[in-house]
Amino acid sequence: MTDKKHPEEQILQEGDPNTTGHVWDGIKEFDNPMPRWWLWTFYACIAWGVLYVILYPAWPLVNGATAGLLGYSTRAEVAEDIATFDAMNDPLRARMEAVELAEISEDAELANFAVQGGGAIFRTWCAQCHGSGAAGARGYPNLLDDDWLWGGTLDDIYLTIRHGIRNEEDLDARYSEMTAFDEILSDDEIAQVVAYVRNISGQEADAAMSTAGETVFLDNCASCHMDDGTGDRFLGAPNLTDAIWLYGGDEAALEETVRNARFGVMPSWQNRLTESEVRSVSVYVHSLGGGE
Amino acid sequence: MGILDKHKKIETNATLLLALSFVVVTVGGLVEIAPLFYLDNTIEEVDGMRPYSPLELTGREIYIREGCYVCHSQMIRPMRDEVERYGHYSLAAESMYDHPFQWGSKRTGPDLARVGGRYSDEWHLDHLVDPQSVVPESVMPSYGFLAEREIEPDYIDELMSTHRFVGVPYSDEMIEMAAHDFNAQAADPYGFHDYDQDAVVERYPGAQMRDFDGNPEVTEMDAIIAYLQMLGTLVDFSTFTPDEAMQTGR
Repeated sequence: MTDKKHPEEQILQEGDPNTTGHVWDGIKEFDNPMPRWWLWTFYACIAWGVLYVILYPAWPLVNGATAGLLGYSTRAEVAEDIATFDAMNDPLRARMEAVELAEISEDAELANFAVQGGGAIFRTWCAQCHGSGAAGARGYPNLLDDDWLWGGTLDDIYLTIRHGIRNEEDLDARYSEMTAFDEILSDDEIAQVVAYVRNISGQEADAAMSTAGETVFLDNCASCHMDDGTGDRFLGAPNLTDAIWLYGGDEAALEETVRNARFGVMPSWQNRLTESEVRSVSVYVHSLGGGE
Repeated sequence: MGILDKHKKIETNATLLLALSFVVVTVGGLVEIAPLFYLDNTIEEVDGMRPYSPLELTGREIYIREGCYVCHSQMIRPMRDEVERYGHYSLAAESMYDHPFQWGSKRTGPDLARVGGRYSDEWHLDHLVDPQSVVPESVMPSYGFLAEREIEPDYIDELMSTHRFVGVPYSDEMIEMAAHDFNAQAADPYGFHDYDQDAVVERYPGAQMRDFDGNPEVTEMDAIIAYLQMLGTLVDFSTFTPDEAMQTGR
């Protein structure tokens, strides 16, 4: 060890102006000034805080908080934001509601507004069931094809979206209820009618079973699905002669349908969407390819 | 320097430091928290809010048990994009019977504050059993086991008593009839049974009465779908004006 002192030890003498003068077990404390930049940031924060309290809602008083000179509120801001966009869209929306449904697509500006806006509405509210590309899923109809359960004209689509299907909330919802044939038909009859339906939809089926199933079909199913099995849109009864199936066209799915029936529900949208939005999304769905 | 010189006394006396620190934290806490209990605009009064029905409350317990809040919020913020996507922004009053509230802090999935009535019961069933069957892009795990777990209202009255203890206004009648109401809500409204379903709707206005999962037994799936289908549907927004509510507490 040399006897040369460490530079800091030479500085830290008791009473030295650079220390606080505190000594604990021989340990002394520097009294260096705060860095300037830090101090000024600190003062700026205090000033900002004072200004904020004056300008914005801050101190809780007896009945409410101080409102602040700017009168800011989050709710007023969102209301204003919505109003700004409403003001831009309202003229088009008013026109959309004023014209006949069929005329929307004849007006280029309206048609564009309806398809673009309707697409956004579809992806927000409809895509969860019908898919983001509108191709549907098992139990949720594909809206891209021309096979419609309740009709594919613009008016039909509009009515379906506005009121929904088989829901409890809207008295005008489209309604029908397929019978569950589990306890009405025998196991044999169910197997026969399944074979018949597979036959008329162009699928492989036992010929003898299918012939027997025709009688069962005419007696039990034809009142809704029609004698030739092409269905009835007034009752939402699907066409059974095409290759498009909502719940599957294999034997197991058909048997499940015959035994327990199906009861697909769509919510009513008239209370969630505005009239203009219902019209827009109707035009959008109609424009997807299957519209009639 | 007077009082400023006294800090040495505080700094060298641990007990005194602790006691005074506690006083400072208490004052800070009082100033921040106490006003929330008396300010009129903290909780607006709105029409339509009611405590959860026994079945909905059970569904809420399942929601919490399965950690749904980890990926789903129940808090529509007051911003235009959220209002357009989810509906009217959430009001404080809509969480008034939530203990604890389910606002959440992360949205891996969408906000659920107003999911009620937005989809059919079948959709909820399909989606909880196999989310990707209806939303191929989804990363949500399957909760199909809920449909297989039958539940009995064994402890529902105790649960409701606990909620009453922390301020939810369940009446003696509601707690007494809890097991009945629990079973009645999930029963087929058109079926033959001994439940008084009108009484349930009277106790819990707007309660949706039906077999939610298509299975006559009451399962956890019934409870969670009943809960999801009522979320955000109670408040009557036709009688709600935000400015007035801010000023008068109404």
